[in-house]
Amino acid sequence: MSVDKETVQKIANLSRIAITDEECEHLVPELNQILGWVEQLGEVDCSDVEPMTAVIPNKLRLRDDEVTDGDKRDKVLANAPVAEHGFFAVPKVIE
Amino acid sequence: MADIQDLGIAGIRGGIDNGEFTAVEVAETFIERVSAAKPLNAFLVETPDHALNAAKAADEAKAKGETLSKMAGVPIGMKDLFCTEGVLTTAASGILDGFTPQYESTVSANLFAAGAGMLGKLNMDQFAMGSSNETSAFGNVISPWRAKDSNKDLVAGGSSGGSSAAVSVQLCPAATGTDTGGSIRQPAAFTGITGFKPTYGRCSRWGVIAFASSLDQAGPMAKDVRDCATMLESMAGFDSKDSTSLDLPVPEWEAQLDSNLAGKRVGIPKEYTMDGIDEQILKSWEQGKVWLKDAGAEIVDISLPHTKYALPAYYIIAPAEASSNLARYDGVRYGQRDLPDGAGLQDMYAATREAGFGDEVKRRIMIGTYVLSAGYYDAYFTQAQKVRTLIAQDFENAWSQCDVILAPTTPTAAFSPGEQSDNPIAMYLNDVFAVPASLAGLPAMSVPAAVTEEGLPLGLQIIGKALDEQSVFNAGLALEERAGFVAKPEQWW
Repeated sequence: MSVDKETVQKIANLSRIAITDEECEHLVPELNQILGWVEQLGEVDCSDVEPMTAVIPNKLRLRDDEVTDGDKRDKVLANAPVAEHGFFAVPKVIE
Repeated sequence: MADIQDLGIAGIRGGIDNGEFTAVEVAETFIERVSAAKPLNAFLVETPDHALNAAKAADEAKAKGETLSKMAGVPIGMKDLFCTEGVLTTAASGILDGFTPQYESTVSANLFAAGAGMLGKLNMDQFAMGSSNETSAFGNVISPWRAKDSNKDLVAGGSSGGSSAAVSVQLCPAATGTDTGGSIRQPAAFTGITGFKPTYGRCSRWGVIAFASSLDQAGPMAKDVRDCATMLESMAGFDSKDSTSLDLPVPEWEAQLDSNLAGKRVGIPKEYTMDGIDEQILKSWEQGKVWLKDAGAEIVDISLPHTKYALPAYYIIAPAEASSNLARYDGVRYGQRDLPDGAGLQDMYAATREAGFGDEVKRRIMIGTYVLSAGYYDAYFTQAQKVRTLIAQDFENAWSQCDVILAPTTPTAAFSPGEQSDNPIAMYLNDVFAVPASLAGLPAMSVPAAVTEEGLPLGLQIIGKALDEQSVFNAGLALEERAGFVAKPEQWW
């Protein structure tokens, strides 16, 4: 499988990364080189093999459903590029 | 008495304890060395007050006759992937420029609780993506090492390149690193220091800026095996804030160090002899076998048949996880925002990420997005996860024949900046020997073993069973005692 300019634009859009036409030109062969190389995995017989999701056997722990934290609004907002009235501020999304 | 700058953790702790020098003298020595080594670009932020405050606390404890804690008065360097409360933390990326965490990562908090001070934040590859520290938004780290009769700059490895450069030239006695696919071991090998990646889950990932969560592990980078054991004891431990943290006691690795390997079997994987390995690496590997045999171990040939698929599997899994983890950088909650005139929310995301991420980070996010996208998920991502299972099984099978594995750490010695950066795959191959243990979550370390004819350090790698850090430390110590590695870079800056 290889990618063309249109696909790269689509991936960039899904990744929410703006790219120029020129960058797209560069990315097509770069991504194809990497994808061509990882495709060798296709030659491994993986029938009856389970995909690994946790590398060290470990049980997900549950805890009581109670508040353990809080009252940190100012800390949460301390690094926001724009904060207003105790909220994160973003450009208008609903007309 | 040795100069303070030549001492490691054990030497500093001992010297403070028996009154040879004060912790404040130690801190001042290293603070001065850090500020005099700017051309290496190893530190992004210097925090002399933090180191001095920890030193004063250690001196006060000593004056009161208290037992000094494990890292009391030891000033360390902190890789910039660890969130440090009130201290700029960027993961060497433009998108996090200005980010000042309001909390402390568990690992750095553990180290500070053990008495360590912080000299500053160490440069690294952007978001830990790279093997040469050339992807940092704040400039390359330059290795203190140079080949004989050469003025050419060399890389300090990556992604923990600031850590490796700083420890190798004694800007700090030890530093934190993180290893996703070799990022502790490869830079350690390139700079003649010791680096240890523990079993996945030993060190909490809480407050460590995420790259690939199923692989990321913190570990120590230090002068020798003993210091790595001491420091890892202070870093590791159960943390309820990390869902993959292992709920197990931290062993006393330092107290149990023993380089007598009688009764131990050391596996030599035949698949690690591959094309493109430097002759001198093969020679040092042979020498390593002789040393471990001398320490009492039995050398056995083993096979890890899926080795050649580890790197391509890694370069699907790690970018896939990265594309998901790095979705959080949206210009809303922290970091940089780029809001073109009249832009809406979606345009703001795209412009922010375009401006803030470096090329390698963008490349990996896009590869990850592609392999996770509808129609390709099974062919790429699921297949890579299945291959990961097979790689872990290879190691499981090998443990019936051996207790630890001996391998080179890297296929070559350090190279120059720019030499490999045009070709991503050539750069990825740096980690060909490191990645299999990462995919299997196993403890592994690099020990300096030799210098090349050109005068550059080479490392040997020990890989162990899950949770058996002790055997890795012990085999590493056996190598260290026999290698007698004393080479040091000459100061050129």
